[in-house]
Amino acid sequence: MSADTATTRTVPGENQRDRFYRLLPGLLADQPRLVAVLAEISVNYLEEVPPSIADRVVNVGIREQLLVGAAGGLALTGMRPIVHTFAAFLVERAWEQVKLDLGHQGVGAVLVSAGASYDWPEGGETHFGHRDVALLDTLDGWTVHVPGHPDEAEALLRAALPGDDRVYLRLASDSNRLPRDVSDGRMRVLRRGSRGTVIAVGPLADRTLAATEGLDVTVLYAATVRPFDAETLRTTLDSPDVVLVEPYLRGTSTAEVTAALRGLRHRVLGLGVGRNESRRYGVPADHDRLHGIDEAGLRRAITGFITEFD
Amino acid sequence: MSAPNQASHGYDDLAALLTLMTGDEKHDASATSTLDVLWVLYDRILRVAPDRVDDPDRDRFLLSKGHGPMAYYAVLAAKHFLPVADLPAFGGFDSPLGYHPDRTLVPGVEIGSGSLGHGLGLAVGTALGLRMTGRDRAAVVVLVGDAELEEGSNAEAIQVAGRRHLGNLTTVVIDNSSASAGWPGGIAARFAVEGWSTRDVDGRDHDALERAFTAATDDRPHVVVAHVDPEEPR
Repeated sequence: MSADTATTRTVPGENQRDRFYRLLPGLLADQPRLVAVLAEISVNYLEEVPPSIADRVVNVGIREQLLVGAAGGLALTGMRPIVHTFAAFLVERAWEQVKLDLGHQGVGAVLVSAGASYDWPEGGETHFGHRDVALLDTLDGWTVHVPGHPDEAEALLRAALPGDDRVYLRLASDSNRLPRDVSDGRMRVLRRGSRGTVIAVGPLADRTLAATEGLDVTVLYAATVRPFDAETLRTTLDSPDVVLVEPYLRGTSTAEVTAALRGLRHRVLGLGVGRNESRRYGVPADHDRLHGIDEAGLRRAITGFITEFD
Repeated sequence: MSAPNQASHGYDDLAALLTLMTGDEKHDASATSTLDVLWVLYDRILRVAPDRVDDPDRDRFLLSKGHGPMAYYAVLAAKHFLPVADLPAFGGFDSPLGYHPDRTLVPGVEIGSGSLGHGLGLAVGTALGLRMTGRDRAAVVVLVGDAELEEGSNAEAIQVAGRRHLGNLTTVVIDNSSASAGWPGGIAARFAVEGWSTRDVDGRDHDALERAFTAATDDRPHVVVAHVDPEEPR
């Protein structure tokens, strides 16, 4: 981490979402332009905030349309809204508000989701949020961060606050063991090889490294997926075979890779969460296995892809 | 505030300005149901002017019912927010004036609207934001249609505006009886039960409209239900 994105001290066992709640009161106190807009989810974490910032914690109740609509109105007055709920409700339920009350008005907000794709599998399909990044891809001008560690989440959040643009910060319970420098929005080279490139997104980095151990592939790490860092992909490319390992809907960034490699004969394999309704509960590891993005599944798919024409 | 060389327009000029867009003396009811309310707002109520469209202390008028915006454009042209010469190209490819208004294209237009049920939520956020930034003098007025109130998003906003005592927010509902299921007991009652102050008024009576808009005196949000005969476009 560079000095200006220095993070707070680490609390053992703290996940990205915990870190967000711990930071939020201090951020509100330090930056008068910030306003937290909530729809009951996680509001209990902010019940004890000092009176000086209480008027900038707006809980609209279980009203996701108003959650995003009010954020648009707040942004029109020059405030910087931090809008938070589960991914499924933030991006899907109030979809037209995301499209019109932010984008069409030409204003921005920092949407911070929790729950990721299936952080709460016992909750089932109603709370699965794996379509979020693909949905935002249908809109103009969104920056999308998928941090892989609480420190990264903090750095990306802090960096998003001074602007007026549209930012989506996708928080997950799962994290990599150590943070990486994500301050410039560029992909990081985790390993160099000559038989293709594997792009690991956010919390899937450690697992991807383990799954590709001993394989002759380049592994890149992305915590910011929009804008997509085409330049790093092109400049590190040895063989034009690319595998995407994304913790949300499978194939979400395939079009970005296609655009990045325009003019080059290339192959792309998208790995991630499948689009079929699974109607299964259990624990996250069950769903990783189901979608083939557990360590063994990743190794199988990546090995098959790079050796397909041997 | 008129620029020195611009002719000043009055209410009686609006029909001619509308004709520049419709090309017809007989105007669509959806376009003219708002005409008198808009005129009273811009002529007597709102503290806005073409030379202060970015003034943070200006009043905000949010046209939520973005359908049939000819009356809106006519009033904005009469008040010199936009050139009268822009009106005839209404809806054209190079025109800033669409069949639904876009705030990024038309000076003085606070929100882009057309899809129904977005203005009241944006207005709640705007009212909250003005309060947070200490702009206590700036009022927010949002115009919705009675049929538009059928969108569930309005219910969310009406409740929260009442509970948060948004005294700087006024909603004007143009009631031309176009809601498909109707509002038994009247529209004002729906707002009153959520803690709003209310006025029912003849939507063509300028003095009565002015009195209704200036009737809000406490910390409650205020609704003006402007009744307009759907059969008699003016």
